[in-house]
Amino acid sequence: MSFVNRFSDSGKTPWSNQLNRAFITRPSLTLRVLSSPPPLLRLKQGWCLLSELSRRESESQKMGLVGETIDSIKSIQIRQHLTQAISLGMIVTSALIIWKALMCVTGSESPVVVVLSGSMEPGFKRGDILFLHMSKDPIRAGEIVVFNVDGRDIPIVHRVIKVHERENTGEVDVLTKGDNNYGDDRLLYAEGQQWLHRHHIMGRAVGFLPYVGWVTIIMTEKPIIKYILIGALGLLVITSKD
Amino acid sequence: MHSFGYRANALLTFSVTALAFICAIASFSDKFSNQNPSAEIQILNINRLKKQSYGNDEVSLTLDISADLQSLFTWNTKQVFAFVAAEYETPMNSLNQVSLWDAIIPDKEHAKFRIQTSNKYRFIDQGHNLRGKEFNLTLHWHVMPKTGKMFADKIVMPGYSLPDAYK
Repeated sequence: MSFVNRFSDSGKTPWSNQLNRAFITRPSLTLRVLSSPPPLLRLKQGWCLLSELSRRESESQKMGLVGETIDSIKSIQIRQHLTQAISLGMIVTSALIIWKALMCVTGSESPVVVVLSGSMEPGFKRGDILFLHMSKDPIRAGEIVVFNVDGRDIPIVHRVIKVHERENTGEVDVLTKGDNNYGDDRLLYAEGQQWLHRHHIMGRAVGFLPYVGWVTIIMTEKPIIKYILIGALGLLVITSKD
Repeated sequence: MHSFGYRANALLTFSVTALAFICAIASFSDKFSNQNPSAEIQILNINRLKKQSYGNDEVSLTLDISADLQSLFTWNTKQVFAFVAAEYETPMNSLNQVSLWDAIIPDKEHAKFRIQTSNKYRFIDQGHNLRGKEFNLTLHWHVMPKTGKMFADKIVMPGYSLPDAYK
C-alpha cells in the first residue's frame, strides 16, 4: 500500500500539486501561489531556452559540411591509430627476427619442418614438427636427415642407410630410406641420381613435437582457412580499443 | 578487460606455455635413465660373394642377431629403431657404412630378441674390394621419444671377415 502511494506522489512536482489544489480550494489561493514559482515565470524561462536553442541551430547550419568534417577528423585520433599500426609492425618484425636467429643457431635453412607423409611411421606421423640442426659433423648411417631433391620443392625426411665417404676429398655418398617404405629412395631421387651428397641435405632431425604441425598442414591444404584467420586477426586489431 | 575474448586469449596462451614446459621436462627426464644394452651378432653363413655385371662387389649373408635393449625404454619412449650396419674401409673410401638389417621395436617386451635373418638390404661395395675384407658389425639404436630430444648410440663388434675368393 505504501509502495503504491509513494509512486503516485513522486510523479508530480510540488508546484503543480499546489496549482491543482489552488484551483479546487479558493481561500488558500494566494498563499499557495506565493510559495511556488509562478507559472508566468516558468513560461518566460521556457521561451528564453527555446530562443537560445534555435540561435545555436542556425549558427551550426551556416557552418554546414565543413564544420562536420573538421569535427569528425578531430575524433579520428591519428596518434592512437599510428601507435596501433607500429605495435603490429613490431610484432611481425620480432617474429621474423626470431625465425632468422633460429636459422643462424641451427645452421639450417629451415630449422623447423612439418612431416607431411606417413613414410616414417610409426616414429613420425603426419602433422608432427621436427627440429633440425646442421653441423659440420660427417653424416653417418642411422641419422634422420631432411634433404631436397633437385626438381622437387618439398623436402623429404628419411633415414640414412648407406654411407660411402671418400678418403681424399671427404665427400660422401648417401642413400636414404623411409622407415615405413619397402624400398630405398632411389625412386625419389632425380633422373639418373644414385646417391645424395652433402649439399642436398638441409639438416638432421634432433627433436620432435607431436601433433603441432596440423595447423600448418590445414592452412596449406585449404588456403581459405588462412585467409579467414588473417582477416579475423586484422579485424580484431582494428576494432580493439588498446 | 573481462570480456570473453581476453579470457580465451589468456587461457590459450597459458595452456600452450604449460604444454611446452611439460614437453621440455619430459625430454629432460630422459637424461637420468640408466642404460646398459647388450648385443651379440654371429654370421651364420656367407651365401654369395660375387661381382656384379657392372663392376661392384655384392655380398649376401645370413646373420644371427641377439640383443637386449630393454634398459633403453623410459616412460617417454615411443619406439626404438635398431639396425645392424657393416663398416669397413677401402682404398678409395675412408669409411663405408652399409645397413644390413633394421627393425622397429615398439615396446619393452619386444626389446629382448633373437633373430636369424639374411640381410634385408643389399650389401654392395663401390668397387671390388670385398674379397678378404675385414669389417665391423655395429648395432645402432635410435631412441625416438614421445616428445623432445632423440638420441642414438651404438655397440661396435669388430672382427668379421669375408672369404678371399668369389663364391
